[in-house]
Amino acid sequence: MISQPLRNNAGQFKVSVWRGDGTGGRHVDYDVPGLESQTVLDVVTWIQRHSDPSLSYRFACRVGMCGSCAMMVNGVPRWTCRTHVRNVIKGNVLILEPLRNLPIIKDLACDMSAFFEKWDDAMGRFHPTATRSDDVESIRPGSIGRREADAGIECINCAVCYSACDVVAYKQDYVGPAALNRAWTLVNDVRDAARGARLRVVASDAGCHSCHSHQSCTTWCPNKLNPTASIAGLKRQSALAILTGKISLNDE
Amino acid sequence: MLFLAQRISALIMAPLALVHLVLIVYAVQGGLDAQEILSRTRGSIAWATLYGLFVIAVSVHAAIGLRTIGQEWLKLQGTLLNVLTWGSGLGLLLLGFRAVYAVVAG
Repeated sequence: MISQPLRNNAGQFKVSVWRGDGTGGRHVDYDVPGLESQTVLDVVTWIQRHSDPSLSYRFACRVGMCGSCAMMVNGVPRWTCRTHVRNVIKGNVLILEPLRNLPIIKDLACDMSAFFEKWDDAMGRFHPTATRSDDVESIRPGSIGRREADAGIECINCAVCYSACDVVAYKQDYVGPAALNRAWTLVNDVRDAARGARLRVVASDAGCHSCHSHQSCTTWCPNKLNPTASIAGLKRQSALAILTGKISLNDE
Repeated sequence: MLFLAQRISALIMAPLALVHLVLIVYAVQGGLDAQEILSRTRGSIAWATLYGLFVIAVSVHAAIGLRTIGQEWLKLQGTLLNVLTWGSGLGLLLLGFRAVYAVVAG
């Protein structure tokens, strides 16, 4: 449905799409008809359906929930299903490339494994304190910890922040903004049992203290989250935990 | 633990840098010449402590910062990275203390 031309009333524009795989590639130009309320994902789908069926890309929900369709649009990482062409096109040209900082599988599809593995490395999993036979814990929505957690909880793991981050580009083992933002939500979750272990993990060389606060993650996060603030929170809490002897970086 | 050393050295450095800047403005505004400044600083344990601490904080802070730049921009690792860190830290320490010595004891 999304690739059906509604009304070809805006002429054509040029789309330069990176085509290739992990070994290399080049940009291929396509002429695409301009449509009303056209998203970048609509453009990619139009190319695949009308110009070149071998074009590879990834999407699922089309409504900004699943985090699958992110790619570089005119040099900037964006979720393409919610990005309107008219807001990002420059000089009647759209340049589409796979997300930065991730290995390319083919064309616009990246291998997201490293992104999700790092999420795990930063202890992104919840460690419950209660069992299923316990009562549901009462959490005050207005408590400081809950408010901090709520501020970062709507991450959809689209990897836009990971792609925007220069420290990820500089430093291969840096876990990145999404993983650290997730860790910060759990550090503030009173139901979680692994606060100390998580602070120790994020204080390691691959963790929060490598962040230079460039704020590219916050600038480009499509959900308007602030991973830089989450990372700053982790920096404060982990440093405090070390200085007060609550955690040691030498622990096994 | 390097990040802690860098943050603690920054905490020490920030007020000392302000004191240093205020001092420069005060000395210039007051019309003090080099001899008059030296007559006040020579033999002073307070000035030696203030600038000595400043030099130590700068050396620690800058060496760790340069280490990060070497690691991320120049992709240095292992011995080369340690040489850059220790070399820059000890170099700054040496130059700094030479200046402190000249002002308070020379």
